[in-house]
Parts: sequence; structure tokens; C-alpha cells
Amino acid sequence: MPEDLKHIADDYRWGFRDEVEPELALKGLTPETVRKISEAKGEPAWMTEFRLKALEAFFKMPMPKWGPDLSALEQKLDDFYYYVKPPSRGPAESWEEVPEEIKKTYERLGIPEAERKVLAGVGAQYDSEVVYHKIKEELEKKGVVFVSIEEGLKEYEELFKKYFAKIVPPTDNKFAALNSAVWSGGSFVYVPPGVEVEVPLQAYFRVNTAGFGQFERTLIIVDEGAKVHYIEGCTAPLYTTEALHTGVIEIYVHKNAHSRYTTIQNWPTNMYNLVTQRAIVEEGGYHMWLDGNLGSKVTMKYPSSILKGRGARSEVLSIAFAKTGQHLDTGAKLIHLAEDTSGQIVSKSISKGEGRSSYRGLVKVSKNANRARANVECDALLIDPESKTDTYPYMEINNETAQIGHEATVSRLADDQIFYLQTRGLPEDEAAALIVRGFIEPVAKELPLEFAVELNRLIELEMEGSVG
Amino acid sequence: MTNRLEIQDLWVSHDGQMILKGVTLTLPLGEVHALMGPNGAGKSTLGKVIAGDPTYQVEKGRILLDGEEITDLSPDERARKGLFLAFQYPVEVPGVQVANFLRLALKERLGQEPPITEFYARLKEAIELLDWDEAVLSRYLNEGFSGGEKKKNEILQLMVLRPRYAILDETDSGLDIDALKVVARGVNSMRGPAFSALVITHYQRLLNYIVPDVVHVMMNGRVVKTGGPELALELEKRGYDWLKEEVAGA
Repeated sequence: MPEDLKHIADDYRWGFRDEVEPELALKGLTPETVRKISEAKGEPAWMTEFRLKALEAFFKMPMPKWGPDLSALEQKLDDFYYYVKPPSRGPAESWEEVPEEIKKTYERLGIPEAERKVLAGVGAQYDSEVVYHKIKEELEKKGVVFVSIEEGLKEYEELFKKYFAKIVPPTDNKFAALNSAVWSGGSFVYVPPGVEVEVPLQAYFRVNTAGFGQFERTLIIVDEGAKVHYIEGCTAPLYTTEALHTGVIEIYVHKNAHSRYTTIQNWPTNMYNLVTQRAIVEEGGYHMWLDGNLGSKVTMKYPSSILKGRGARSEVLSIAFAKTGQHLDTGAKLIHLAEDTSGQIVSKSISKGEGRSSYRGLVKVSKNANRARANVECDALLIDPESKTDTYPYMEINNETAQIGHEATVSRLADDQIFYLQTRGLPEDEAAALIVRGFIEPVAKELPLEFAVELNRLIELEMEGSVG
Repeated sequence: MTNRLEIQDLWVSHDGQMILKGVTLTLPLGEVHALMGPNGAGKSTLGKVIAGDPTYQVEKGRILLDGEEITDLSPDERARKGLFLAFQYPVEVPGVQVANFLRLALKERLGQEPPITEFYARLKEAIELLDWDEAVLSRYLNEGFSGGEKKKNEILQLMVLRPRYAILDETDSGLDIDALKVVARGVNSMRGPAFSALVITHYQRLLNYIVPDVVHVMMNGRVVKTGGPELALELEKRGYDWLKEEVAGA
């Protein structure tokens, strides 16, 4: 292993690799690849057409001219595998039916155990396809749908068609176009009116093939007065070649519905993670994006909430931890289209070594959104002198009655704080880790327990020997 | 076993300037000593150096705790050996709850997780004695605390962590008389054969409530006089000038 990857390998406990031979692997970005993906999935003609159009749009659109440097990625776009089908016969409903090698991976990641203990349903994706999908029976009886996106298209085509690509159209941005062309895997969730799913549904994304691009697509529809919490986690083995993850998440929150989407990405630090997440929130509805970015080489992700109905509310809470070799360009968008809508953005970023974290956010209030309220708080913590952070807060306020607040702070790990904690008996490393944990506490306290534990472990590991 | 904190001919500089110029002082376990002196005498510096503040440079001399030299130990190693510094300006640590922090610190001092019932018993006892509300335990460490609350929080930590040697660095500054009494009550509750305190103060006022066994006076980086509690009263009455002359004349 090259020297620069050794440090990552030491810290990255999910970097193991499985010996799984794919059934089908498609390399290169061409209409041929797109047609083959569609064919392998047995899709209706309209979807094949949709994919091909999206590919055209992708080729026409320029690379983003802002944010992190993607030139190395651009050079490599033809070298990725765009579809890798694991040897499984579609989503199994029992772990026994999942191929042994793949099952072992999920066991090492603790997924079946978490499913038994704390989750209402689990979806597990391996490279391009969902290999396991299961929801608790009582929820199924209430009409809750939690299946792979492919099954969603097959079994619920009318509902699927009504929402798919309506919240994030292919032309939204270059990487949404790419995902629209080659999407594979992801979840389809429908919660019927008034049904409250009290424990979370979880999807787990695992990449195994080297030089692979994962393009999952998730569509969540929360009907009137319904409630759901969806969690997504991601890891991959560590390869010397770079990888690409480009997801599209669409969420429709109907009147008075309540939804929450939690992602913790812990990709290895040679992954490009370029994701589009957007929710539309109707009257009286509420949506929370809880976004944790720990891994990846480059992340560009700005979860957005379009507050479409009167009194709609949204919160976007995020944590980013950028280490040497990482540029995490994350943020949030709040689009207020109706009266009395309110939104809150809390962004906590930590930069360590030569890591760079950027906050990029937009608050937009339309002309007729009377009494809209939005509050933005972005705080950056720098661990080392060479650590970097920057802030790009955009505001477009077109209504005089709107109340908008913005607060940004940049702080350094302070020697006086460390000395103070040391005089109480905490060793220097632990003092530093405690300060970092305290810094992200307002967001971290919202995390599901197992993610909070994992995050603490990561902070402790990162702060070892980092001061003094 | 020599149960005492000893400072032997300590010379300390900061930014190239000599601040302590040969301090010698002994604090036997079980006693409370006051350290007085005019502004700039080096009292707070001495407190911080004993605790291991890395921004100061020890040029010469030794600090011994129960006969063991601690001059080169890190602040946390000293703390785990039973030392505590109540800060003159306690530091804010956002996002870290007081109770959670105290549990971590106690764990480090004991070398193991404190039994949960004992831990809460200690917390409860301290809170009651300090006339405080348990709500403080879930607040973030010193964040948004008033000056008085910060000082009270230092004494809360002192009472829960139960060090053998405590240095109180101007804990009285900025306190009104009622808060001063509460803080003194906390310190006095700790007094006994297994507890010592070095009470650094500019004024005699605090010493009405925490009556010291011995009073030291520092001037210009050295301890120039040591006496009984009556020395504090004399300084209150006559100021420091007569002592300056006495030192200059000697």
C-alpha cells in the first residue's frame, strides 16, 4: 500500500475488502452503458428514455466552476464502473438468503444486530444493487412501503412516476444528470396518511468494487399527517484508485407530515461524494436534514428544503470533519415560498491538519412569503495552524417582513481550555477530544445512538497526539 | 511520608522576564495557608506554575508533592496526584455538561469509573452546601455563567474531585459578600487532616471566613514574610508599604 494511504488505512476501520465476483460490470459512460443498465433491470421504455435524455444533459452541462477542484475527477469519468451487479437474486427478505460473503460484510458492520434492536426496517445496498430489504410486519400492515427503488418502480409505478425526478430534475445540476442517467439502487418509501413510524428505517450503502461509482436514488413520500425517520450510512473498502458516489435523494413532505433524514457518510478519503438532497414541505409540515460528513476526498452536498406550504418548517443540522487531503464543501438551502414558513441551519465544521471545510448556504425568501423566519448559525473549529475553513452564505430576501438571522464564528482549539481541563485530571488528548465533542454537541445530540458512539470514537482517534 | 507541598527556591520566567525570583514555601497537609501581596507580586504566577501552566518557564528550583518532585510533570499528572487549581478566570468550554465533565475528571483521578451512586451523592452534597440548583449540572461548563457562578463552579469541582492540595487563585475577586460566604463555606467543608489549601488573595476580607493557619506575603517574586493570621489583619490595617520598607532595609 502506498505511504499516503497507510495513515488512512490505520484510521479507517471499514476498509476491509470482500472476495465477491460481480455478475455484471459495466465500465465507461456511454448510451450503451445506460441502455444495458436499463435492460438489466427490465425497466419500462419511459425510464430508458429518461436515462438517455439525462445522459445527454450531463454531457451538455459544464462542470461546476465553484467549490472544490474536480478536474482530476473529470479526467477519470470514463474509467469508472457505472454498474456492478453483485451475485444476488434481488433484495432478499431474510439475511439467510443473502450470499454468504456479502452477509458477512453487513455483520461486520453491525447491521443485522441494529435491525433487531433499534430499527423498523433495513435496506442494504452492495455496489449497484440492493441485496436485502425488510420492514417490520406491523408497519407493512399499516400500508408503509419500504422497498428498493427498483421494486418501487415495478410495484408502484403510478405513485413512483408522480414524484420521481419532480423534486430534483435531471437538469438541476451536472451530477443530478449523471445520477439520473445511471442510477441504481436506493430506497422507495411511502408512509400513508396519519401513519407514524416511530422507530427509524435505515439504508446502508456499501461499495466493494474498485474504481466504482455508486449512484443510488432514494424517493420518500410522507403523506398527510404521517411521520418517518430515515437513516443512511455509507462505507467502502480502501483502494488506491479513486471512487465516485453520486446520489439523489427526493423527499415529499405532505401537509402536517413530519420527516427526518439522517446521513452519516464515512467514505474512505479517496471518494468523490457529490450528492443532491432536496425536500418539498407542504403546509404545516416539518422536515429535518441531519447530515454528517466524516469521510470522502471531496464532498459537495447542500441539503435543501423548499418550504412550499404555509407554516412549513425545516431544520438543517450538519457536522463536517475535514482531515488532511479532504475538502468538504457542505451547507444547506432554505427556500421560503409561503407565509409563516420557518427554517434553521446549524453547521458545525472541524478542520484538522491540512483539511478544509467550507460552508456554502442559501436562504431565499420569495416575494409573497410574509413573516418568513430563518436563522443560520455556522461555526468552524480549526485544530492546526494549517487547517482551513471558509464560509459562503448567500441570501436572497425579497420580502420586507422576513426575519433573517446569520451568525458565523471561527475558533481555534484553545490552549487555555486544554490547560483548564488538564488541571482537573484529563490528559491532553482527552481534553482536546472533549472540546471537539462539546463543539459539535448541539448537532451531535440529535444523532441516533450508534452514530453518536461511532463519531465519538472517531474524534478520540483523530485527536490522539494532535496537540502539544 | 512527608505529606506536604514544597516549593524550593523557584525561579520562573514568562516571555523572557523573570517573575518568580526564588520562592520557597511549605504547605503541610491539613493546613490552610493564605498567600497575600500587592498586585504584580507573582502570587497568581506561583499558583499557575504549581499547577503546571506550560506558558511559564521554570528556570531553577523544584516543586515537590509528598516528597516527590513534580516540576516536570504535565498538569494532568499533577492533578491525578491530588493537586487542584481554582482559576481566577475560569475558562468556558461550550457543549460540555458540568456533570459529564466532572464524571470524566473524577474517573481520571480515581483511575476507574466512579460508582454512580457515590458520584451523585458527592454532587448533591456539594450543590446543597453551595445553595445551588441541580440545573447547573446540565449546563455547559462555565458558558454563560456570571462571574460569581464561575467562582462557585470552581468550588463545586473542588468539592466533587476532593484534591488533597488545592490552590485558590483569587477566588474572592468579584464576589459580593453573600457569594463570598457561600464559597468560604464550601472550602471550609473540605478542611481536615487530609486537605490543604493555598488561598491566594489580595484582600484580607476572605480570610474572615476562611481563617488561615499561616499567612505568607509575596513581593517582587519572593515570599518576604510568613506569620500567623494576625499578619493578614496587620496588612489590612497598614497596607503593604511598611513591609516594603522593612524588606528594603533588611
